[in-house]
Amino acid sequence: MRHLLSTHELDRADIEELIELARGFAEVQTRDVRKVPALRGKTVVMAFFEDSTRTRTSFDLAAKRLSADVINFSASASSVKKGESIRDTIETLSAMEIDAIVVRHRSSGVPQQITQWTDASIINAGDGWHAHPTQALLDSYTLLERFGSLDGKHVALCGDINHSRVARSNVDAFTKLGATVTLVAPSTLLPRNLEGWPVRVESKLDNVIGDIDVAYMLRIQQERLTDSPFPTLREYRSNYGLTVERAAKMRPDAVVMHPGPMNRGVEIDPEVAGQENSLVLQQVANGIPVRMAVLFSTLGPGRFDAVPELADSVGEAK
Amino acid sequence: MTTTVISGGRIIDQSGERSGDVLVDNVSGLILEVGPELKGDLTLDASQCFVTPGFVDLHAHLREPGNEAAETIETGSRAAAKGGFTAVVAMPNTNPCMDSASVVSDVLRIAKTALCEVLPSGAISLGRSGESLAPMAELAELGVRIFTDDGNGVQDAGFMRRALEYAGSIGEAVGAPLVLAQHCETDALSIGSCMHEGAVSSRLGVGGQPAESEELMVMRDIALSRLTGVRVHFQHLTTAGSVAMVRAAKAGGLPITAEVTPHHFTLTDTACEGYDPLFKVNPPLRTSADVAAVRQGLADGTIDAIATGHAPHTPDAKEQAFDDAPGGMLGLETALAVALTELDLPLEQVVGLLSWRPAAIAGVADRHGCPIEPGQPANLTIIDPAIRWTVDPAQLASKATNTPFAGRDLQGKVRHTIYQGAPTVINGEATR
Repeated sequence: MRHLLSTHELDRADIEELIELARGFAEVQTRDVRKVPALRGKTVVMAFFEDSTRTRTSFDLAAKRLSADVINFSASASSVKKGESIRDTIETLSAMEIDAIVVRHRSSGVPQQITQWTDASIINAGDGWHAHPTQALLDSYTLLERFGSLDGKHVALCGDINHSRVARSNVDAFTKLGATVTLVAPSTLLPRNLEGWPVRVESKLDNVIGDIDVAYMLRIQQERLTDSPFPTLREYRSNYGLTVERAAKMRPDAVVMHPGPMNRGVEIDPEVAGQENSLVLQQVANGIPVRMAVLFSTLGPGRFDAVPELADSVGEAK
Repeated sequence: MTTTVISGGRIIDQSGERSGDVLVDNVSGLILEVGPELKGDLTLDASQCFVTPGFVDLHAHLREPGNEAAETIETGSRAAAKGGFTAVVAMPNTNPCMDSASVVSDVLRIAKTALCEVLPSGAISLGRSGESLAPMAELAELGVRIFTDDGNGVQDAGFMRRALEYAGSIGEAVGAPLVLAQHCETDALSIGSCMHEGAVSSRLGVGGQPAESEELMVMRDIALSRLTGVRVHFQHLTTAGSVAMVRAAKAGGLPITAEVTPHHFTLTDTACEGYDPLFKVNPPLRTSADVAAVRQGLADGTIDAIATGHAPHTPDAKEQAFDDAPGGMLGLETALAVALTELDLPLEQVVGLLSWRPAAIAGVADRHGCPIEPGQPANLTIIDPAIRWTVDPAQLASKATNTPFAGRDLQGKVRHTIYQGAPTVINGEATR
């Protein structure tokens, strides 16, 4: 795979292969030396035009644990602040003979645009409302780790779907893996046209809470509230928040997920986030092997077709 | 004096089609003679071609003053001439904006050497901000007939009513009707929008503008035209609902006219799937159902004119993220060919949509889009309907390259253009 721009380029087998690869790298994380030489000599640039803590840290660690050289670039500290265009920035970085650019941008489509201006592999670390493919992969990984399979599982994605790249990528990945996805939100937070989306829609979390295997809660972004998509946070919480009372109605084997950062007491109660069935910290932990798998697939010698040999190459690195 | 014969072509104008040479001269700027076997100082071959009244574009951004990096009056007028246009209405969203006599005078002064007549439009409101009226009478004295806040729709219904009433009075005062041309967009429904709101924008994660943003303003202005009795011209309509409302308003006898652009009757929102800002335009590319409705409106006469919406932008401006890049695309040099290639309409009808019908709306029917007869102004376009060509942005006369039709094969091209009795384009090349 040359780039990872969205999950749309991946079919079920591709996703499963990446997850299988990630399992191999997860094993590496349990060793004393958590590093393999798989990408030694490769250079990965973290081009974060928009701030991020966890995704950036996770990619950074993933690249370093594959022995790649990592350059960090953040818009706030760079010439972008001085008015340099995205194209100039990318061409400047590319002139330094780099192999991959991990891109985060507040505007949808930027990773795709960038592919015209560089020979490096582009890995989308989140663009606008559009896509966050590694989040979808790590969430899929986390769910497969818990359930073994997503076939027939029912996932509720609850919250601000319209402005969420996580939601768009997860709908795609989860349904490709066989899950049923229900979007739970007031229509003010839904995409205006869901034609072609393989989802159901519910306007009240209570309507599905007892049926679902996964309650995937999305962050309510405070800056969106200026559009007044709902009257108050209190009213939102009462209809769409995963409160202690509501969480108690979930099936015993059902799990809770959140891509972070959480607004405790808004979309999720603090007690629920800390419950035994909350996978929030596993999601964060799984980000590293999943991103190692993505980096390896785009930059490594094996790419997709050499996945079987990976176990060996990982093994040799001990 | 230099005379030019356009030789061997078929003449098409509002009175029909016939054969004949056309003799023009560059001093009077008039057609001297129409008939067989004419002689002149210069002969332009028009065999296998159609000789038509010059085209009039109701909607072009020439960017001067203020953004001469994207286009100038000179380069824009050269692009216009190559597209067969002998007159172009220049949109007022320059910097400074055309809301004062001094800016309009300046544009007219620069345009004296242009390759076509440049008709500055005036802003409806100062700074195009929709708050206080621009000095319409002063601008009308300079010849301005079209007023628009293009790029911005006039949001306040009360303000629009006053603007219409005042324009009606000033039109009477100067003895020529003024027309208010509306960019139909209800801002409250399009905040943060970069494309049409629908299945594609929802999938791409890009803010959308619903068809209703346009339609609400069309509906409102039809009502305001009824209330005031003053003409309203709708710019670049894009939706099926808008076309239907204009059709009904015209049937009801209201003084409404409307234009559409080649890109809106050709392209759909799926063009935005690659996030290429080349396809970002306001109003946005809509759905295939809208394209079909707009074409039907052109066919049945509901739509009065094909306007280019020519909106040059520098490569730097268009290489930004999709939501940061400015909207707009080139149009002057491809409008005729796109219309001939895409529309299944008789040539005479296409020429009418590009020539005498917009000339009447712009208030220049005395000198553009005129019948091809002795004594008439010699503003003419000679079309070769058989030429097949591929759009190459590098070959365009416009300073900018942001055409959405790059690489597209088109049929039909302007061979020669005559402006004020002198060729501005010969065999597809600008004469200066």
